[in-house]
Amino acid sequence: MKRFYALLGAMAAVAAFLIWKSSRPGAAGALSSASAPPVSFTAADSAFRGYVLGSDSAPVEVVEYADFECPWCGQFGVVQFPEIRQQLIATGRLRWRFRDFPLPGHQWSRLASHAIACANEQGKVWEAIDVVFARSSSWAQQNKNPTGLFRDLMRGIGLDMGRYGDCMDTQRYAGRIELSRLEGLARNVAGTPTFFANGVELDTRRYGNSDAFKALVDSLTEVRR
Amino acid sequence: MRHRQAIAVLALAGLGIALYLWLHKIGVIGDLRCGTGDCEYVQTSPYGALFGVPVAFYGVVGYAAMLAVALAGLQPASLGRRWPTRLLAALAVGGFLFTFYLTYVEVFVLHAICRWCVGSAAVITAITIVAVSAVRREPPP
Repeated sequence: MKRFYALLGAMAAVAAFLIWKSSRPGAAGALSSASAPPVSFTAADSAFRGYVLGSDSAPVEVVEYADFECPWCGQFGVVQFPEIRQQLIATGRLRWRFRDFPLPGHQWSRLASHAIACANEQGKVWEAIDVVFARSSSWAQQNKNPTGLFRDLMRGIGLDMGRYGDCMDTQRYAGRIELSRLEGLARNVAGTPTFFANGVELDTRRYGNSDAFKALVDSLTEVRR
Repeated sequence: MRHRQAIAVLALAGLGIALYLWLHKIGVIGDLRCGTGDCEYVQTSPYGALFGVPVAFYGVVGYAAMLAVALAGLQPASLGRRWPTRLLAALAVGGFLFTFYLTYVEVFVLHAICRWCVGSAAVITAITIVAVSAVRREPPP
């Protein structure tokens, strides 16, 4: 019996050591840290309501809480969203609002969100979102810091790199990103992507493709008539 | 007694796996070490949580319960009792059915395999076999 408890104790000690080793924080900076950075919030941060695409008069608004390092969000952004944009947003039937929701386990999500915010400053937010999602296999879930890759991507969509570099260095949108995450938490967002249509949370398992959004917009538009 | 010891060892192994996945989900652990598997894809999918609670947390609770019952069943006062074996079998069958559903989702819905989830599935299958066999071998009262 003593040998049995010794075996259990040894197994528990090995497991605890391996988990402790995996959980040690790295030497990453505030934007590249997976946990919430210590940031202060400005009035502009509080007033920001997300990146909006589509007509103000569209009858349906979908709010998406997403994480740039989440594979499911990337797949949705690359495969499904272009069709939604073309068939529902461009035709004035749907307005899309994108909110950052960096997940705690993802090392580079806040860095990606900040790069997107800096692209927004130059009016290229949707182009930036597209390329960051499209190239996620090159940077997400990898140890290498993607700062250089993001610079290349942003140069590729035509940003003024002087302004982009200044924006990234000052980390001026860190507070806005954190507020967006806090807003998601307040709305009980537990994972990504999470969608709300006209304020009602959707079951992501059913809304993983563009056809489901077309049916949703059809039904909500019908109700309003 | 042997089957309760075996279940305690297996439940501890399962607890380690579930704890690792849960701590990753809540941000305590960084990137998952998954080899060529799709752990991140599976974990962050809409199926990675149930009723707002990460699926891995259910595993933590389940394996911890099985470990506690197995250890309780090894105490001298409980060695001759049937309830620990029966309770272990009930917990194991419940865990096995839940794991069966999750594996179905991985293979047929997500088309992605998480190696740690496969490891947990192997552990709960082994626990179920040991626990159910022990119940069947019990002498009639």
